Amino acid sequence: MEFFKSIYSWYRVLKDYRRISVTNDLAINFIRIMSIVTITLLLAIVGFIAVNGMQVLSWDFIFSPPKNNFTEGGIGPAIFGTISVVLLMIFFAVPLGVFAAIYINEYIFDKWYSRIITVSIHTLAGVPSIVIGLFGFGFFVLFLGRNLDELLNTGLLFGKPAMLWASITLGILVLPLIIFTTIEALKSVPEDHRNAALGLGATKWEMISKVVLPQARPGILTGIILSISKAVSETAPVLFLGCAFFLPELPVTNLNFGAFVIPMINPSEQFMYLSYHIFALATQSTNPTVTLPLQYGTALVLILTIVLLNIFAILFRYKFTKTFEKVRGY
Amino acid sequence: MLPESNNELLKTSTVLNKKNFIEKSFEYFLKINGIIAGALILFIFLFMINEAVQVLNYITPENLLYIKLDNKSAGDIFSFDWSPTSNPPKYSILPLLLGSFLTAIPACLISAFLGLILGVYLSEIASAFSRNLIKPVIEVFTGIPTVVVGFITLVVAANFIQDVFGTVSRLNALLAAFGLSTIVIPIIASLTDDALRSIPEDIRMASYALGASKWQTISTVLIPTAINGISASVLIGFSRAIGETMIVLMVSGNAAVISVDLFGSVRTISATIAAELGQVSINSQHYYALFFIGFLLFVFTLLINLLAELMLDKMKRKVNI
Repeated sequence: MEFFKSIYSWYRVLKDYRRISVTNDLAINFIRIMSIVTITLLLAIVGFIAVNGMQVLSWDFIFSPPKNNFTEGGIGPAIFGTISVVLLMIFFAVPLGVFAAIYINEYIFDKWYSRIITVSIHTLAGVPSIVIGLFGFGFFVLFLGRNLDELLNTGLLFGKPAMLWASITLGILVLPLIIFTTIEALKSVPEDHRNAALGLGATKWEMISKVVLPQARPGILTGIILSISKAVSETAPVLFLGCAFFLPELPVTNLNFGAFVIPMINPSEQFMYLSYHIFALATQSTNPTVTLPLQYGTALVLILTIVLLNIFAILFRYKFTKTFEKVRGY
Repeated sequence: MLPESNNELLKTSTVLNKKNFIEKSFEYFLKINGIIAGALILFIFLFMINEAVQVLNYITPENLLYIKLDNKSAGDIFSFDWSPTSNPPKYSILPLLLGSFLTAIPACLISAFLGLILGVYLSEIASAFSRNLIKPVIEVFTGIPTVVVGFITLVVAANFIQDVFGTVSRLNALLAAFGLSTIVIPIIASLTDDALRSIPEDIRMASYALGASKWQTISTVLIPTAINGISASVLIGFSRAIGETMIVLMVSGNAAVISVDLFGSVRTISATIAAELGQVSINSQHYYALFFIGFLLFVFTLLINLLAELMLDKMKRKVNI
């Protein structure tokens, strides 16, 4: 009897084990298959755009302006507009973001209000881009611009949608990203280096500018690259801040310095924007089916830009961590 | 080494004074930058609320929900429409709210399911090689231009969905939900992965030592431990979906009528702002109405993000025992 009992209990154990391992195998394989399917679907989107966009992609497509009611030509002005807006945005957002990050991480990291500032910047990061665009339109164009015009008697120079306001608005959008990546980069500089610099008699600002910032530079650059990638991929904020469907001329003005004539980006003009160009071609052109190849081409250029920027950022981050491994000796 | 003469001491002190001055001015400069960055959100909030309340000068609060139309033959009709150009203009926010939820909630359900699975795979199941391959792809996808997703949904997925479900309107809420999932899945996956990886290795090892299988460890130990982080990731995904503009503007159909039909054409808050702000005349009732719905969207996402932030805090405290 004992013998049969023990056989039965072994049978129970085996059955239990079998049940658990079968469930385990099923669940794990289900997760694995679903994940691979999801990733494949996501990649298929990019692959589909790549295959269709390749057919129109050429140097001519990248540099030439649209021709013949958008059925021929390229996206040259849109690329030019995007680059100018992003350059202006860097000019506004990067110094503000980097200095604010230095202040938060080096000067007030142990004060009670540092938490408040961090939380409010975190909140700013979560605001939908359309709301930022709405704010930019209401505040910069209508409030600030109109009042500046009245004050300076400039007619309608500031009080209209223009590249200047678009780039400042995008700057607000990417500011949290710049601040947090810079804080991350500053945090990864070893505390010993700061103490060593202070111990040698450096003042706080000397310590920051000569010891901390040079080491944090690759990390800060990563943040700038990521913020460029974010700005390029956004459409909603620039929608009512001077994005144009088509402009016959580039937003350029010639500065006269006697004998020299220097062409400069004109921030008071409207501009064409790469992401807006896709939207406009797909929904607002007279015949979206005819321009389909151009839409694929533009989408491919946009995606390639984002992917390249992200690869740069990943490489920078990789190099950054490598440097610190060397510095720390492990 | 002490300075030898009085003269030398004076020199040192001037140098120190100069240094002190530079030091102080840099600190003030940095302080100004820090305060601007910190106060920006407050400023945006105050500006938005100031513009939004002015809508009450033009439209009564009840007209923001419905408008009573006189009809000679059938008595009063209550209209729940958003159509600012009709006569009389109608500013009911209900169809817009409904439209936003009708696109964001299905998108969030799809993405929570797939994103959670992907996050678990990345954190627990994938080999180091495939993890290093997939993680950057996911990170790039969180930053993919939404206008490209909208474009692909419009030209490829729209016909596909219409063939499969046989819907009447080609552009509908479900299509927008699929489009939104494309950007929400990577967000949820990446945040779930972070939450799971913040759990100490000891807890996994303890579970395996008690004889639990991998799936038992995941389902009974890791997911309950990380539940706050996972909920936070879903909330962040939801707030992203409800604030997203380009995808819904391009593929949701933009019909501002009350409907709970997942296969019908809907219009969201964000799409309304994007579509109409370009044509409004400044300081009209339509203009303030747009600021009002923008403010609603702002407050709504703010609250969801705050909730997510609280949950992440809870998760951090739980893991750091």
